[in-house]
Amino acid sequence: MTAPTTSLSEVQQAALIRKLTALADDEIILAQRGGEWTGQAPILEEDIALANIAQDELGHAGLYLELRRALDGTDADTLAFTRSADEYTSARFVELPKGDWAFTMLRQYLYDAYEALWLDAARKSTYGPLAEVASKAFREERFHLQHTALWVERLALGTPESMKRTQDALNALWPYVGQLFQPVAGETELVDAGLLPDLNAVKTRWEGLIVPHLTVQCGLVLPPAGAEQPGRDTHTEDLAPLLLEMQRVAREHPDVLVW
Amino acid sequence: MTQPVNPAKSHIAPDETAEQHAAFEARIERGEKIEAGDWMPAEYRRQLIRMISQHAHSEVVGMLPEGEWIASAPTLKRKTILMAKVQDEAGHGQYLYHAAETLGATREDMIDALLTRRAKYSSIFNYPTMTWADVGMIGWLVDGAAIKNQTMLAGASYGPYSRAMVRICSEETFHHKQGKEMIVLYAQGSAAQREMAQDALNRWWWPALMMLGPHDADSPNTGIMSKWGVKLKTNDEVRQEFINEHAPELLEAGLTIPDPDLHQDEIGNWKHGPINWDEFWAVIKGERGLGQERLATRQAAHDDGAWVREALQAYTNRQRAVAAD
Repeated sequence: MTAPTTSLSEVQQAALIRKLTALADDEIILAQRGGEWTGQAPILEEDIALANIAQDELGHAGLYLELRRALDGTDADTLAFTRSADEYTSARFVELPKGDWAFTMLRQYLYDAYEALWLDAARKSTYGPLAEVASKAFREERFHLQHTALWVERLALGTPESMKRTQDALNALWPYVGQLFQPVAGETELVDAGLLPDLNAVKTRWEGLIVPHLTVQCGLVLPPAGAEQPGRDTHTEDLAPLLLEMQRVAREHPDVLVW
Repeated sequence: MTQPVNPAKSHIAPDETAEQHAAFEARIERGEKIEAGDWMPAEYRRQLIRMISQHAHSEVVGMLPEGEWIASAPTLKRKTILMAKVQDEAGHGQYLYHAAETLGATREDMIDALLTRRAKYSSIFNYPTMTWADVGMIGWLVDGAAIKNQTMLAGASYGPYSRAMVRICSEETFHHKQGKEMIVLYAQGSAAQREMAQDALNRWWWPALMMLGPHDADSPNTGIMSKWGVKLKTNDEVRQEFINEHAPELLEAGLTIPDPDLHQDEIGNWKHGPINWDEFWAVIKGERGLGQERLATRQAAHDDGAWVREALQAYTNRQRAVAAD
């Protein structure tokens, strides 16, 4: 895939690199959290389903980082396995520990809904390589969303215990979710140029999708909107230990050329 | 090769007749598959449930040793490949539980048998995975040994088991290739990678030989299942096939097989030195290895998931009630 880098100004290119990296970082960290369920899911069928979702998220991270490599030549694995927590630009929403099955499914649902709608809009990007990637990823994300939406419903309408756990998960996640809709530095200019979806429009559609599902369909109560969140340069204390484990082998052997 | 069946031990249950057995055995003789609804001896059913559920449990417990490395895989590609592999193992567990269900077993009973130690699983999964290279070595040797066994079982007389094996073998072959590719790469990689690959071989070679089961003279379950067309080769025959394929390939990769007695005989078979069966039995009995930990992990996952399964059931009941209105 060759990106038409010549049509981008230097400022646009830098902002696009920041955005692609942030998108990839969210996918990598969420996939890492999903992977923690391997062999531990409540039913065998969900070991299969969640592993599938996590692989897709990793695949999307690879696509975004490939777009970045076309812009500045940076290797995807170097980015994933050598940056420290300070250098990562993931949202705190995806960094939070995996929690129980209600927390995992609800987070995945809120994220899948956001990602599906963002990708849907990004299919119309004037930046060809992104439009292409978005079209591919969008198809997968729709399946994730169907799966996790149904899980949230089953848990919210299951037993008193599962209802309580799902409501608790929503209370815990809700203050963090707004961060997914915060633009990175320079993003607004890229939106104006038609390269990236407008996050406000995505958020409006997202709310239109998830609020009725959570409240009317599932009987959950939305917590009050939290205070404005700091940006992607502020992380949870959970990110550093996650990266320590994730980068352990790669960092132990910096001389290895090919894994 | 069929082992002699102990004539003193009858496999004909009180409510079964010699004629029924003769007709059943004639079907197997003709190469027909026995299907779920067909008449079969109670002992055939019992042994198959034992074998198939043990096989399913091995897939499910087998997710754990490799699954531990998903978090630390050194590249995004390796992480994705490993996730896909462990996902396949869950899928194999699922097909196999379904195959056992066709014989009247239930998933709940089988899982309970695993957790209460009434059912076994392959003790190979009680060995620890010490380094990242173990992921490759398990793919090459453990999956390699499993494929030899499963290829044999693909010819088994029970249709649902046989068909599950055909599908599983094709996926396992892929895992085997990935494992071999990794280890061959590391065997020719940096000094640390070469050391990791050799160390992994040192630890996995003997367990891989042992996972194909005790020598034929000591294998209590072989006899009748050979006669009934389930176990078409003996443990030692399958082990020989495994060594013949893998010994030359490991040597060609530049690795040293940790058996000073290993040699090729006059007809080309690679012959191994004495196997330390005391270790095998100690791992099976849980005196060595991670048997306690593996089952504790399964138990914790099962317990932690109880409220989820209850919620699923409650939701399903509610949907049914709504549909009935």
